[in-house]
Amino acid sequence: MRRLWVLVGAASIAASAFAGEIPRSERRSGYDFMGRETRAMQDDDTANPGMLWVLEGESLWDRKSGAAARACADCHGDARTTMKGVAARHPSFDAALGRPVNLEQRINRCRTERQNAPALASESRDLLALSAYVARQSRGLPIEVAVDQRMQPFLDAGRATFHRRQGQLNLACSQCHDDHWGRRLAGNVIPQAHPTGYPLYRLEWQSLGSLQRRLRNCLVGIRAEPYEYGAPELVDLELYLMWRARGMTIEAPAVRP
Amino acid sequence: MASALINVPARARRGDVIEIKTLISHVMETGYRRSQLGARLPRDIITLFVCTYNGTEVFRAELHPAIAANPFIVFSTVATESGTLAFHWTGDNGFSVTESARITVE
Amino acid sequence: MSRRTSRREFLLAAGAAGGLGLASVIAVEPARATPVAMEDAIRKVIGSARVTPGRVKLDVPPLVENGNTVPLAVSVESPMTEADHVRAIHVFTEKNPQPDVVSFRFGSRAGRAGAATRVRLADTQTVVAIAELSDGSFWSARADVVVTLAACLEGV
Repeated sequence: MRRLWVLVGAASIAASAFAGEIPRSERRSGYDFMGRETRAMQDDDTANPGMLWVLEGESLWDRKSGAAARACADCHGDARTTMKGVAARHPSFDAALGRPVNLEQRINRCRTERQNAPALASESRDLLALSAYVARQSRGLPIEVAVDQRMQPFLDAGRATFHRRQGQLNLACSQCHDDHWGRRLAGNVIPQAHPTGYPLYRLEWQSLGSLQRRLRNCLVGIRAEPYEYGAPELVDLELYLMWRARGMTIEAPAVRP
Repeated sequence: MASALINVPARARRGDVIEIKTLISHVMETGYRRSQLGARLPRDIITLFVCTYNGTEVFRAELHPAIAANPFIVFSTVATESGTLAFHWTGDNGFSVTESARITVE
Repeated sequence: MSRRTSRREFLLAAGAAGGLGLASVIAVEPARATPVAMEDAIRKVIGSARVTPGRVKLDVPPLVENGNTVPLAVSVESPMTEADHVRAIHVFTEKNPQPDVVSFRFGSRAGRAGAATRVRLADTQTVVAIAELSDGSFWSARADVVVTLAACLEGV
């Protein structure tokens, strides 16, 4: 019973707290809040379970798909060069759709438009493998999503979602992740919620998963109806989170508790 | 899923004790979980891991459901001669994967 | 020392207060094994031999971030010669649904009597490692591990 009081307590404390953006100098990756052993799991490519998906993605990269019988490699060549920085710049604006798309949606756009293949299902093994492989090529690079005039309304929508109270617990993301990061919630340390390592291997899932999966978990956690995979609310929120984490280093594929 | 990730040093001196790391993708379904409809999800795990060095068994691990998904096993062996290290995983539902790595021992 | 709330109790409490049915959560079978069941499992593996505490090094974090994946390492100082080596190291838990975790089997070619892996721990409990030596002796080590639950449980 004690754990419930912690959640209810957090909600009432938060009512009087301010929601301010974390200053650049205090921005820290979820990596810094993890224990030694979990960090060791992430640091060693031969022990990081996320690498299983990266290797799978590497072989999918060369596989011809769809009516066009094209492989990613046929247009994009060696991912180690051509995909460098791509994950660090997503979500990015898609002119045809007139809105930002995240990395998984970009991969599916290529599949449907260029390979004439059916889109890969959200959180499917192949889509996770490809996004893990592409994201891996940005490891070590700083996050830099471009927010121009076209992107601004979507960034604002994402920011509004981040600050909006939701769910039966009536909590906003900012209340935990801007105001109470570093403090504990039922045995876990609250991180700042920077998506530096996605797609990542989450010990709770015992599998690799996307940022959207994690966001949906959080929404369930505050007892809110989670948005569907690919929903504009989630992509706008991803955009805001990546912008909020601008300058931080990509760690994909990360490991998190 | 890429079946397995093996980490074996490519070269070693005769007599050195080398560390080998293996990681294989497998859900390791415990047999204790239930689906959303209440039906018990049947056990599906890797039960045995064997390493042979030029055909001779040098290490074995018997796994139970308490081993985490995507089993990670680290062990050591003495670098005796150049050749092939073979890794065999077997388990429920006819699961069987074999990977190998070459090592040069000087 | 307050009793640790088990995973099942937490799920029930959270579900009752939160109002959200637990139907969407894949329920975990309550931890069922007891220290007695662990003793039985140990006897099944090593027979009636006497076990002496000592010589085994059991490395497991005292506080784990997630019970689904807990790094665990065991080792025994041994010359690992044909005449004097460690035959096997077995690992057991007290409160998992099943006490057996893993059995590592070595020979004189191992070079080092040690192995590492990642295990699942259902609850705060004691982990036991038992080593079987070539001279027929058995040695053991115990480690207490605190397992915490994720704050926001996955429903999707």
